[in-house]
Amino acid sequence: MIRRLLSHDLPRSRWLALALLLIVVGLAVAPFVFPGSKALGVAAKMLVFIVLVASYDLLLGYTGIVSFAHTMFFGIGAYGVAVASTRLGEGVAAVVIGVAVALLISLALSLLIGLFSLRVKAIFYAMITLAVAAAFQTLASQLSDVTGGEDGLTFKNPAWLSPSFEPFETPLFGVTVDGKIFTYYLLFFAAALLFLLLLRIVNSPFGRVLQAIRENDFRAEALGIRTVVYRTLSNVLSALFACAAGALLALWLRYTGPDTTLSLEIMLDILLIVVIGGMGTLYGAVIGSVLFVLAQNYLQDLLRFGATALEGVPVFSNIVSPDRWLLWLGVLFVLSVYHFPSGIVGRLRALTHQRRPPT
Amino acid sequence: MTDVRAAAASGGPVPAPLPMAIPKAQFDWRPLALLAAVAAIGLPLIGSPSTWVTLTMAGLAMGLIIFIIASGLTLVFGLMDVLNFGHGVFIAFGAYVAVSVMGGLGAWVGAPSLGLNLAAVALAMGAAMLVAGGIGYAFERIVVRPVYGQHLKQILITMGGMIVGEELIKVIWGPQQQALPLPEMLRGAFLLGDAAVEKYRVLAVLIGLVVLAALLWVLNRTKVGLLVRAGVQDREMVESLGYRIERLFIGVFVTGSALAGLGGVMWGLYQQTVTPLIGAQVNVLIFIVIIIGGLGSTLGCFVGALLVGLMANYTGFLAPKVALFSNIGLMVAILLWRPKGLYPVTNR
Repeated sequence: MIRRLLSHDLPRSRWLALALLLIVVGLAVAPFVFPGSKALGVAAKMLVFIVLVASYDLLLGYTGIVSFAHTMFFGIGAYGVAVASTRLGEGVAAVVIGVAVALLISLALSLLIGLFSLRVKAIFYAMITLAVAAAFQTLASQLSDVTGGEDGLTFKNPAWLSPSFEPFETPLFGVTVDGKIFTYYLLFFAAALLFLLLLRIVNSPFGRVLQAIRENDFRAEALGIRTVVYRTLSNVLSALFACAAGALLALWLRYTGPDTTLSLEIMLDILLIVVIGGMGTLYGAVIGSVLFVLAQNYLQDLLRFGATALEGVPVFSNIVSPDRWLLWLGVLFVLSVYHFPSGIVGRLRALTHQRRPPT
Repeated sequence: MTDVRAAAASGGPVPAPLPMAIPKAQFDWRPLALLAAVAAIGLPLIGSPSTWVTLTMAGLAMGLIIFIIASGLTLVFGLMDVLNFGHGVFIAFGAYVAVSVMGGLGAWVGAPSLGLNLAAVALAMGAAMLVAGGIGYAFERIVVRPVYGQHLKQILITMGGMIVGEELIKVIWGPQQQALPLPEMLRGAFLLGDAAVEKYRVLAVLIGLVVLAALLWVLNRTKVGLLVRAGVQDREMVESLGYRIERLFIGVFVTGSALAGLGGVMWGLYQQTVTPLIGAQVNVLIFIVIIIGGLGSTLGCFVGALLVGLMANYTGFLAPKVALFSNIGLMVAILLWRPKGLYPVTNR
């Protein structure tokens, strides 16, 4: 049954399976085992990033297309929920309409961008998507009457998802159950569903064709596969999943702004996670997202510890300062592109397979 | 011709054919005409000729600064097939070095003497080019060399290099915005009738034209330039003729990054402030420019940069909200007309 659930794409490595199991169990019981709003926020961010990075892995790892417009679709999803909740008043209807409209816009835009990739080659496509994403970010902050400009939009969730909703009077396992916990579990099950759906997509004949196009698109074309159609479809699917991830983030934060969704920093984070986790393996998105979000939130504490230890030393104290955690992440990124060409997942799988005696 | 055939038919020796004049390659004037057309269309749309003159000067200045930065990048891609998404890091370092140098030469910058001001700016540019060139060398060895030939990894690694570079700038100079004020005599504007043309923009145009002339001269009249152009067209052939093309690569990369440093100084003076994000901001613009111009072509880069500069200034005046989209629209329009850019050079 597990095989069918995972679409026959097993971890194939006991270390990887163990890690994944730990992550799933940890995220499932996070509100009760890791109390406190910061820990819950970290867990929710992990869930959103798992879906976002997995959808990007579909595009980059499985189809071989480098696109910098992914955060644009992430932002469309988040802004869809935000604008709908602000304009139509809060409630489930507004959220559903917002998500539906955002999905339609993402579909249209990704179709347009995907069809344009007909005319141009891969390098051009990467640069064009970079330019389009930058322009979209500027547009979002300029259309301030719709999108709230630089300040963003703050809105309320439907009643049963808002933090003031407390159905049970007695605390469950020591934690008061309120709307935030309900939102968390909505995110958890939505993320699980979306991830399993992505697994299904990449392990289908469609997914195989995408991998064929990635390996050698000329040969795929020669075999009769219309690469344009498949590339566009991959673009569209990846955009739709990113849009869904954006909607989930908006529901959690109850706020959307150009910095939380559209910035280039998030795009670089996604790239980092995909590379460190392992391109072309959706599990890499899971492991990478968890590690990255943990690092983002707790590495700064580690660096702070290091900074206080090196206080007074002129240049080094600046380098180890907690504000410069991105420097260390960048160095880690460059190193992992060299030494972990297949990411953490690839390393774990190689580790397991090394132990088997050659037949 | 008939004698040749007759001679061949009779089995005798065939005389050598008469040397015919080799037809000269026609210079492709259409993109230049497009540039003139854009400038001309701007006039009726803007209305007043004096505003048009100001905006066109601003566009030319901005375009030439972008050309200085992008010329290195297009040569690097054309010759080495290296996608350097981290070109912005050289721009940023150049701008920050200028901040330090001109900050240190405060007396020269504030003096009401054109000579001292220009000397300060020239020193800042020289220092920026040296530092950016040095960083370019280090970048090439550490970041780019291990990933020759793998486009995807190049994109990822050069972006990673840019992140590291930006953070190092924050470590050395601090994360906040720094001011880079223009020297005393370069402030203000010339008045041509009704139109105000800023003095600094005139200087930028002059420097840009000097760089363009120098680049075209080196590329077309020297042996090194010939090798670079040959390498852009067919790298393996140049290698097989016995030239050390790796040395050429390193030289082009270092020159490209030095030019980016120079461009960074000029961009910083144009904006009068520098932030660590200056590299990423200009990155998008230079990519648009080299795509429009055609990867590997210097003249294409020039025309593309001027087009982008003019478009940005005209739309900034006419419809500010669509300014960035107008550049993308321009890029899409040109790619629909010529899918490989205005002057396609490489066959990649």
